[in-house]
Amino acid sequence: MGKENLILVKELCSHYQVEMSLFTELHEFGIIEVQIEEGSYFIHENKLKTVEKILRMRKDLNINLEGIDTVLNLLEKINELQAELNTVKNRLRLYEDRV
Amino acid sequence: MAFIDYYKILGIDKKSTQKEIKKAYRKLARKYHPDLNPNDKEAEKKFKAINEAHEVLSDPEKRKKYDKYGKDWEHADEFEKARNQRQQKGGGYQGQSTGDFAESDYSDFFESMFGGRRSRDRQVKFKGQDYHAELHLALKEVYETHKRTLTVNGKNIRLTIPAGIENGQVIRIKGYGGEGLNGGPNGDLIIKFTITNHTKFKRDKENLYTTVDIDLYKALLGGEMTTDTFDGKVKLQVKPETQSGTKIKLKGKGFPVYKKEGEFGDLYITYHVKLPTKLSDKEKELFNELAKMRS
Repeated sequence: MGKENLILVKELCSHYQVEMSLFTELHEFGIIEVQIEEGSYFIHENKLKTVEKILRMRKDLNINLEGIDTVLNLLEKINELQAELNTVKNRLRLYEDRV
Repeated sequence: MAFIDYYKILGIDKKSTQKEIKKAYRKLARKYHPDLNPNDKEAEKKFKAINEAHEVLSDPEKRKKYDKYGKDWEHADEFEKARNQRQQKGGGYQGQSTGDFAESDYSDFFESMFGGRRSRDRQVKFKGQDYHAELHLALKEVYETHKRTLTVNGKNIRLTIPAGIENGQVIRIKGYGGEGLNGGPNGDLIIKFTITNHTKFKRDKENLYTTVDIDLYKALLGGEMTTDTFDGKVKLQVKPETQSGTKIKLKGKGFPVYKKEGEFGDLYITYHVKLPTKLSDKEKELFNELAKMRS
């Protein structure tokens, strides 16, 4: 993994106006992996979308980290199910058109 | 402009306390929040309506104004006058919006009453709104990777559509959504593909299925025949004594595999044996003879 894909957590904290401890907690909860490089904390840029989602859920819905972790897991499951449903729907068309 | 019953939206009545309003709002927000209902436009609409209702009813001043003029359109002139005065004073509500589901979506009703923008104080820099688009393509159009220009919100976007894209598949194009807020990054463009298929081939991911009619004699005695594949004709060797319903596989004659250039699925052909009709006397006689030989 190249360092160019990493974002400094300190910068994120000032950008989103949140405490550093949030990222430590996210790491402890296993929601967002925080990496340490040369003494600084980073997250991978592909986690940015999830971070924003978490911030919105906290701010808009007052969900705590346990809840957010559960929601994210369920959303992942929904995504998988949706993809599966889509495949099944497309497969069903094979038979529906034949009748 | 239709009157919007904010109390009804939150499922509360006019006498509700601030605590009850907050409770109703939170409950509905948890149900319809766009992050919890990805790609669900109905939920997004509802969430916006809930937010709008909450914004008005949770602010005692706005609630008072809404209660006073909201439903009673006979007082609209009076209201307009008041609004004009307010605008002249350089007033109006200012505010920012909340990331993925941005500001543009206030009802006309809200805008005329409150000047169009939410007043909640938000300082967080958020990504712009995601734009959703639907692209309808024929199956033939996704057989080869090609470029296409789309116009989304007045902006032209040159898009590469990879061969083998699936019906119902969603792709996200980073940065082509709404502008970020307070210096946040742009939103994404999310395109859902609807692939219509009017060919005689059925598709299941990268595999294609079709049925081919063969006459009784070719099925019994075997022989050569030409049949269509998705990209041209091929010669087939029919084995003697082929049963109706027999399935054969033509390797690599299916649909392109998504994002794996040069790889193709298989084409499955099911033979359907067609029996001759309107038999002549001579044919009947010969079939009778054949039947006797079998009994």
